[in-house]
Amino acid sequence: MIFYIARRLLWTVVVVACVLAITFAVFYLLPAGDPALRFAGKSPTQPELAQIRHRLGLDKPWYVQFGKFSKNFFLGDKFGWPGLGTTYAGGTESSVKTLVFNRAPRTLFLIAGAAILWLVSGVAIGVLSAVKRRSIVDRLAMSFALVGISTPVFWLGLMSLYIFWRRLGWTGGTGYVSPSDSVTGFFSHMILPWCVLALLYAAFYARMTRNNLLETLGEDYIRTARAKGLPERTVILKHGLRASLTPIVTMFGLDIALLVGGAVITESVFNLQGLGYTAINSALNQDLPLVLGVVLLASVAVALANLIVDILYAFIDPRVRYA
Amino acid sequence: MSSSERLLLDVRGLTVRFPTSDGVVQAVSDVSFKVSRGETLGIVGESGSGKSVSNLAIMGLLNRNRTLISGEVRFMGRDLLTLPSNQLRQIRGKDIAMVFQDPFACLHPMYRVGDQIAEAYLAHSDGGKDAANARAVELLDHVGIPKAKSRARDYPHQFSGGMRQRAMIAMALVHNPAILICDEPTTALDVTVQAQILELIEAVKREFDIGVILVTHDLGVVAETASGVMVMYAGRVMEYGPARDIFERPQHPYAWGLLDSMPTVERRLEALVPIEGSPPSLISPPSGCPFHPRCPYRFEPCPVDRPPLIRPEVEAHLDACHLPWDKKVELGAKRSINRVEDAA
Repeated sequence: MIFYIARRLLWTVVVVACVLAITFAVFYLLPAGDPALRFAGKSPTQPELAQIRHRLGLDKPWYVQFGKFSKNFFLGDKFGWPGLGTTYAGGTESSVKTLVFNRAPRTLFLIAGAAILWLVSGVAIGVLSAVKRRSIVDRLAMSFALVGISTPVFWLGLMSLYIFWRRLGWTGGTGYVSPSDSVTGFFSHMILPWCVLALLYAAFYARMTRNNLLETLGEDYIRTARAKGLPERTVILKHGLRASLTPIVTMFGLDIALLVGGAVITESVFNLQGLGYTAINSALNQDLPLVLGVVLLASVAVALANLIVDILYAFIDPRVRYA
Repeated sequence: MSSSERLLLDVRGLTVRFPTSDGVVQAVSDVSFKVSRGETLGIVGESGSGKSVSNLAIMGLLNRNRTLISGEVRFMGRDLLTLPSNQLRQIRGKDIAMVFQDPFACLHPMYRVGDQIAEAYLAHSDGGKDAANARAVELLDHVGIPKAKSRARDYPHQFSGGMRQRAMIAMALVHNPAILICDEPTTALDVTVQAQILELIEAVKREFDIGVILVTHDLGVVAETASGVMVMYAGRVMEYGPARDIFERPQHPYAWGLLDSMPTVERRLEALVPIEGSPPSLISPPSGCPFHPRCPYRFEPCPVDRPPLIRPEVEAHLDACHLPWDKKVELGAKRSINRVEDAA
């Protein structure tokens, strides 16, 4: 087990290193034109450019640059660890790390809340649907899934804001309230984004759980469980769901990771100004160090999620451990 | 103990129908048999002859919403078919236990073997977890798993096929059931392991004085262990009687076909005669005798009248065939399992 985790951990480091190299190549080597110009934000002066060029080490060969880039990332720069560099957008020098880390909690809170909602409701609906297959419950649940999958998030977001905030006044409006400022404000502002983001995923998970569970319930070991005289609840939840869980865990890990940089629409509709929003904004402003920071953070999140999924896998399915 | 007291299972007119969109599948039709303590009933037939479905019906493992079951399954005086599902669950795994065909698929891949056996114990006992684990180890040891205590902590994929089937048998024995139903317990196993598993089932039967139902398509398996044999075809009983009689004086052309197609040590491969054709559709079974389209001895009444399962002579056993008695004696004698004339 320890050997297994160590091996996965090593792989994660390799993956992060690869991501680093590709990101570096894309942003330093590939773009035509002067990188310093791209880094400098809008309408820079010549001395500014020269200063940036020297500061970024652009007067040095590419491998020295990459070495410095990697070293900063792993060991930290003057703004601390991990070193994500400096952005000059807006004419002032500011730390990408600080910018990204200020935005990160909004996105992470959004994802965490939504993930709990969609996992619990999606799996519950899926189980119910599979157990009551072809009943009215099943048909209702699968209609819900179809609606959830087909409804665009921006429409759902705007409609929910209109109904629950403007019309009924049950929730807070758009924008982000930090939980350290007001816990109730935080929840009343987050509840709609959580529900809206969770709906799409809950629908996916419900369908996936239903299909996996139905497949598992046809397995011979389920018949064995029934032949032992176990109650139906135990047969389905302990024997059926356990075996159906593996693909769900995989999806869950990857979905969460992808949302770190990818919850753009939800963040925009509810004006949460999280990481996705920051990425889009900085790309539009050609503020490449900031784009780089978000991309790196998002890729590390994906790599870490994969690691966690792999470890969970080994706990769920013993066959993985000995493979 | 009188013979009626030793009677465990009395199945009468068991009929199982599956309604599907293509029509009603007549999986089992009017099957009756008895199982007593210390007895092994072999149920023989090709795939799709209704052997497994009959047993799943007895165990109550068929989905009641999607199956039509009629007849009677009297287990120690109670009709299992009319029992509410929660009471049937009390009997399942406790008084009647089952071992399935494919030990590779029948154990849950994600739980330890010992835990799965312990779970079977806890399903019908308040003994607690320690007692359950102890029982699991005891049984694994009993069915011949070496180092049972440590092997109980293994997962099924760490067991060989034969060991898994032993574990399945251990699981079935947890509550000393009165009846052990073995549904093709050796089909998925190597020949050498097959014999061991059959011996184990025999030993268990003798030791605990239980009734065994042994479902198989392998007549050789039945010949070694069964005391009674029931030959099934297309969901119906073709021939039913004491094992010795069936093998020495088989009365039904289908049983002859099975014996002709069975390889034995004495018989060369060329001497094997397959039964021509394949089993009929159970949605629209043939009129008259279900075996008549494949039967080399069919005559006028066969496609029209379904022969009843009766004793053609006082000293005979039950069969369902129109052939005259002297013909059955003559043709059956040629198939007697004891014959050696076509050995090289």
